[in-house]
Amino acid sequence: MSEQIKVPVMADCFAQGKQPEILFWVGSAGSFDDRAKKISRAFVKILNKANVDFAVLGTEESCTGDIAKRAGNEFLFQMQAVTNIEILNAYEVKRIVTCDPHSFNCLKNEYPNLGGTYEVLHHTQFIDELIKSGRLKVEGDTYKGKRITFHDPCYLGRSNNEYNAPRNVLANTNADLVEMKRNKQTALCCGAGGAQMFKEPEKGDKDINILRTEDALATKPNIIATGCPYCNTMLTDGVKNKEKEAEIAVLDIAELIANS
Amino acid sequence: MKYIPNIIFTLLLIGGVSFFASNVKKLIRNIKLGIDVDRSDQKKLRLSNMIRIALGQSKMVTRPIAGILHIIVYVGFILINIELLEIIVDGILGTHRVFFPLGGLYNYLIGVFETLAFLVLATVIIFWIRRNALNIKRFVTLQGWSKQDGNNILYFEVVLMLLFLTMNAADYQLQILGAHHYAKPGGIAGAFPISSWLIHPLLEGLSEGTLIIVERTAWWLHIFGILTFLNYLYFSKHLHILLAFPNVYYADLKPKGHLNNLEAVTKEVQLMMDPEADPYAAPAENADDISPAKFGASDVQDLNWVQLMNAYSCTECGRCTSSCPANLTGKKLSPRKIMMDTRDRLEEVGKNIDANKGEFKDDGKQLLGDYISKEELWACTTCNACVEECPISISPLSIIMDMRRYLVMEESAAPTELNGMMSNIENNGAPWPYNQMDRLNWVDE
Repeated sequence: MSEQIKVPVMADCFAQGKQPEILFWVGSAGSFDDRAKKISRAFVKILNKANVDFAVLGTEESCTGDIAKRAGNEFLFQMQAVTNIEILNAYEVKRIVTCDPHSFNCLKNEYPNLGGTYEVLHHTQFIDELIKSGRLKVEGDTYKGKRITFHDPCYLGRSNNEYNAPRNVLANTNADLVEMKRNKQTALCCGAGGAQMFKEPEKGDKDINILRTEDALATKPNIIATGCPYCNTMLTDGVKNKEKEAEIAVLDIAELIANS
Repeated sequence: MKYIPNIIFTLLLIGGVSFFASNVKKLIRNIKLGIDVDRSDQKKLRLSNMIRIALGQSKMVTRPIAGILHIIVYVGFILINIELLEIIVDGILGTHRVFFPLGGLYNYLIGVFETLAFLVLATVIIFWIRRNALNIKRFVTLQGWSKQDGNNILYFEVVLMLLFLTMNAADYQLQILGAHHYAKPGGIAGAFPISSWLIHPLLEGLSEGTLIIVERTAWWLHIFGILTFLNYLYFSKHLHILLAFPNVYYADLKPKGHLNNLEAVTKEVQLMMDPEADPYAAPAENADDISPAKFGASDVQDLNWVQLMNAYSCTECGRCTSSCPANLTGKKLSPRKIMMDTRDRLEEVGKNIDANKGEFKDDGKQLLGDYISKEELWACTTCNACVEECPISISPLSIIMDMRRYLVMEESAAPTELNGMMSNIENNGAPWPYNQMDRLNWVDE
């Protein structure tokens, strides 16, 4: 078992009459996917280190419904949304942070019209805020001399125009940041969005994650940085496919910062 | 007899413009076949987007070569149209270079138009080479009418520019010769920096009579060509020169990641969640409460009018498809084809309405299946690359999503794996079959 982390649960805070500063929306991947669980733990390590007063919904959290919506099932999405909004509003949640850009986009853009209006942040935005306000110090030379390339998640970048926060955070690591040829607005999708994560791809001559991995490998990186659990899975698979997993790590920005 | 040319010209002008107007009416009627969507908000932002993106071509230059070349043709096109104004006045009144009294400014303007005409000519030749000789994938993949249409426009431009320059060169020589009706008391009317060396040398030996024939022929063909071009627009991808403006103005202003929540579904969900609701209650009296016939889109009439306008505005440049991850990896999906199919089907529906006295008669066809296949729809990753790329703010993604909604909510025709994922969400609140009570286990692992 790894280092102990503190994860307060909203129901307990509420019972004690406390209103945490921010709610950490873990998301289904962050709760159940083995690789993404490590990202959730790394992010909590950061929150603990910066003494952030946060809480999670725990067993009261349910899928945002985003994947169902992108698959075309608006009914299921709205059922999920209404259920979640009821809980979030009952706890009078004001601010939400999540490591999943899909949850981020859905909570931020698609919940308000159904009665759930919150300030929603992607974890890279929140980490950026913690560093800028001096609450979190990133020190050490863990990544000095390492080449890091960042893969923009579609639902953070193009979908919500956030290209700077992840790069600002990475700039604190002393690593050499290298951009892929397709980056920011023109970044190529990892292939998992739009519910593709949960189905086989249509017939083609290549898988999208392989093409994107080739983009990343062209920068000769030591580390491929991600900001989305699904991108992480896709690129990890891509790196394995290219038999480069011994040399190149695929890590979420939360993990990079937590380990620095 | 003296006024016959003026009369012929005026009739030609009226004929050309009214045929165009009748097609525009049809265009508007077809666009209005779409369902309503309110885009009357944020007028200031919409206007500034239109000025920046459509008028200012800000998104064209993300690909610098094509972008800059396009701006040359675009500026040339707009400015040379000022000269068209003089041509029309001359044609109706039988005058010659009626704006000549502007003096130095006039000469300057004609000089600028000539230079632009030359630049347009050169650019159009480069465009032709790009389309036909260089192996640029987004052009190579265009077949049949789409390929022909792209080239037709270029041929049109070449002919119009050459006619314009020939007309000027002949006019210039006639003025030098002091021909009646052409020569002006104060010297040469206009400046001819291009035609004077490009075409004028070919005309120098000709008699006054022949020159007048050359000048008149070029003049008439030029104005006839412009009216033909105007009327060709409706049948061509080239409608973008007009529609780009309203298309950008009425574009969705929300963040690209925002996918609209279907209101009809919201009502149903509210009813389901409301413990007071009586499932057997008689439907309300007022017609507004009746849910739409279907969720999502299977045909063009189920799309909204902005999506239909998008289809008419699309120039088939293929920037969307060349950045689509599915297309780049050999899948069938092409966002450009989604737009072209939508337009083709909309045209078909429009013709059906024309043929059946204003009523659409079921033709056993629809956009889904007959034009756009499920395989294309399910290949989309919703990454928004196509939406980002479009220089005039078209959203192929919104059409793909509306059609997926139809497939899933009306036909229950999602791929099997997705059905599994959705029943997991329904049963245990996660896309995988894990118990909701285990949602916090990651803390202690």
